[in-house]
Amino acid sequence: MDVRYVNPFILSTIETFNVMLKLKVTPGKPQLKMDPFPTHDISGIIGISGDAVGTIAISYPRIVALKTVSRFLDAEFKIFDYAVTDAIGEITNIIAGSAKKDLGGLNVQISLPNVVIGRNHKLVGPKNAQNILVPLQSELGSMYLEVSLKTP
Amino acid sequence: MTNIMLVDDSTTLRRIQRNIIEKLMTCTIVEASDGKDAIEKLKNFKPDLFFLDVNMPNMDGITLLKYLRSNAQYAGSKIVMCTSESEKARIIETIKLGANSYIVKPFSPETLEQKLKDLKVI
Repeated sequence: MDVRYVNPFILSTIETFNVMLKLKVTPGKPQLKMDPFPTHDISGIIGISGDAVGTIAISYPRIVALKTVSRFLDAEFKIFDYAVTDAIGEITNIIAGSAKKDLGGLNVQISLPNVVIGRNHKLVGPKNAQNILVPLQSELGSMYLEVSLKTP
Repeated sequence: MTNIMLVDDSTTLRRIQRNIIEKLMTCTIVEASDGKDAIEKLKNFKPDLFFLDVNMPNMDGITLLKYLRSNAQYAGSKIVMCTSESEKARIIETIKLGANSYIVKPFSPETLEQKLKDLKVI
């Protein structure tokens, strides 16, 4: 996958966390996702269709997700309830919506967000798509941006 | 007291908008999850200010904007459209259709506050 299709998602991730949560997120080096895949507790996933096909996900350990949503919604959350899962989905939705404009002229549509909850779950991208993993560090803990896209 | 209607299919974004606005002013806020829900709730509530998400199921923000601007009852109401930056063409369209302002996601509390000041709501 061309790096120009990954960078917009990294930049919009940094911007979304910075602007809406006042949270500085520092991306690590993007890497091809190789087995064994990293495991997560909760993931917000957006489907991409059109000129590029695949998924974008932000995945969190449980405690990081709860701290992130607590900051996002300005209230303390201790369990995964509807408010938490909706917020996790919305964060990915905003990131994907913001990145769309910078995808090198690709005409893509984004789906409604889906949220996967499950201790130590793994995300597997679409067949024939390249799966790029970007570790993200913040004061609330570490998370991952996963970009799995089949591009022209 | 100012009456405000937040129309967005995302409960998260409605909650964030409500959190920000309630820290800035005393007002009555009613939330709606899409255009149809908004029209139903307008039977019992007359907003001075609307925040309309552009992309919503059932009835989107542009359709609701057209409805509001074709109804003399809301001629004096201010309307702020909420959208992502990838929809700039639609933002221009909403201004032509009578929206007073727009806000681009992601937005900060300061941006929303500035919009309220620009519209002389606070």
